[in-house]
Amino acid sequence: MAASVLGVLFDGVAYGSLLFLISVGLSVTMGLMNFVNLAHGAFAMAGGYLCVALMQRAGMPFLATLPLVFLAIALVGAALERTLYRRLYDASHLDQVLFSIGLTFMAVAAATYVWGPNQQPVRLPGFLRGQIHPGGVDLGAYRLFLIGLVAATTLALHLLMAKTRFGARVRASVDNRAAAAGLGIPVDRIFVLTFALGTGLAGVGGAVGIDVLGLDPTFPIKYMVYFLLVVAIGGAGSIKGPALAALLLGVFDVAGKYYVPEAGAFIIYGLMLTLLAFFPRGLYGRKA
Amino acid sequence: MLRPFPTPAAVSPEEDVIRPAGPCERIARLPADRWTLRETAFWLMPVLGYFAFPGYLMLGSQILIAGLFALSLDLIMGYAGIVSLGHAAFFGTGAYAAGLLASHGWHEPLSGLLAGAAAAALVALPVSLLVVRGQDLGRLIVTLGIGMLFFEAANKAAAITGGVDGLSGMEIAPLFGLFDFDLFGRTAYLYSLGVLFLLFLLCRRLVHSPFGLSLRGIKENSKRMASLGAPVERRLVSVFVIAAALAGAAGALLAQTTRFVGLDSLSFQRSAELLIMLVLGGTGRLYGALIGAALFLLAQDILAGLDPVYWQFWLGLMLVAVVLYARGGVLGGAALLAGRIRGKRR
Repeated sequence: MAASVLGVLFDGVAYGSLLFLISVGLSVTMGLMNFVNLAHGAFAMAGGYLCVALMQRAGMPFLATLPLVFLAIALVGAALERTLYRRLYDASHLDQVLFSIGLTFMAVAAATYVWGPNQQPVRLPGFLRGQIHPGGVDLGAYRLFLIGLVAATTLALHLLMAKTRFGARVRASVDNRAAAAGLGIPVDRIFVLTFALGTGLAGVGGAVGIDVLGLDPTFPIKYMVYFLLVVAIGGAGSIKGPALAALLLGVFDVAGKYYVPEAGAFIIYGLMLTLLAFFPRGLYGRKA
Repeated sequence: MLRPFPTPAAVSPEEDVIRPAGPCERIARLPADRWTLRETAFWLMPVLGYFAFPGYLMLGSQILIAGLFALSLDLIMGYAGIVSLGHAAFFGTGAYAAGLLASHGWHEPLSGLLAGAAAAALVALPVSLLVVRGQDLGRLIVTLGIGMLFFEAANKAAAITGGVDGLSGMEIAPLFGLFDFDLFGRTAYLYSLGVLFLLFLLCRRLVHSPFGLSLRGIKENSKRMASLGAPVERRLVSVFVIAAALAGAAGALLAQTTRFVGLDSLSFQRSAELLIMLVLGGTGRLYGALIGAALFLLAQDILAGLDPVYWQFWLGLMLVAVVLYARGGVLGGAALLAGRIRGKRR
């Protein structure tokens, strides 16, 4: 029993880390530009497909694809930010929602057109498959890799935000965009860079998530609620809040599927309703 | 907030007759719901359509039903400013309620329709309490989550709803005991048109009432409305439940006229398509909902025949284009154009 609890906890944390990796970009862009981007999952999906394509067509090893995925998806994000997203920063949330749903639909249709409606397989390298057994607990090696990767990324993000000049500028822009711009901070450039960073991370999340979340064209719609939930519960514009929210969601979701499989997705929606009923502004909510 | 288009209050057709002098005098006329010639002409179109296109009556009733559904979203989104990503939850609830009644021995259509609306209103009440509390983002997620929750629930409860196979085998008794639901959809079309027209009148009365005006006020600035003494939350809950009842009625109509309820009546796709219809036609004008539904379904009928996958792509492109280049939709664009022409003449 104790072992199963630990195992569920471990899987939940791994799942939550993955959710965090994908959603953190959404949280920052939502806090920074006040932009409701429902198409965020599409960037994750694009990362996943790019990873699969690089492995199958170019024969690259799994780990080597990740930096490439990050760069490519970040570039795509930056390009879209420059051409489309920036035009809607001052639009109403309704316009932003419609626009990003439109982008999502186009991404879904395009993915179906290129790759077909089926799940894409991913061949993990040997040392990431199987399990290890420290102290009688079964730990999936890949899950361990996920947690490590996300922990390292989070630490790097934290250092970037807390210690560097760039991070200070981002934080200033989140707190008060107009005042930051008035102080000579190039808010425009900060927007592109953070957007690219966020989408790039989502792309990596999509790539490493194939084994856990699966990869098919409906991915952006299937997981839209999860990504939004992480941001809504964690509060937009921070790293700590979404991290906590993602871990909470991950553990509850995995525990629910393990212990009461017939309840299916209801656990997560129940959790959502409870949390949003008690914390309408999120756990670390700031005034909108 | 600055908007590229004048607010709906400033461009409704009634104000065109007497040109107001200043912005503050525009809202003051109550009741501002005199029936205009243009509206009569509009409502003659579906009647003419009945005689002109006897082969397309099934598509016609689909359009009328979608129009009713879009009308219900317009109430909460166009007037009260609540963006919902899960309005299909209430549509589906109404559809399943009416469908279940009809397949379990209650064949009378009008009471089935009422039951559908009532069921949707009943489930909307607790949902509305959650929706009303949140901010924009919270509302998006709650409505999206509720929509997915309902979908999942109907999927899991396959013993009752038929699950993926859908609910079929329902029998609908003749309307008023006289008019059989025929194979060509004649009764279905007229039935849908009648229901749509009656409920449209209700909506029209509602948005021109003090209640409707207070909703617009809440949309523009809910804090100011609260300090003016308007019970903001109660108003929003009321309009949410009313809109859900309308959506339920639309769902019930669909169930009764097609004698089938599928899981897709609860899907995210349906909620998203609904948003597109409304935005395509123009929000906050009631007629925009009807025009948008007609345009959307006609486009779907033509484009989706090619390939359903491409259709989703065009759908997305349409959304992006409307947001970037045609905010306000067809009616918003028309109003802007009319305003420019009048401005030049002056």
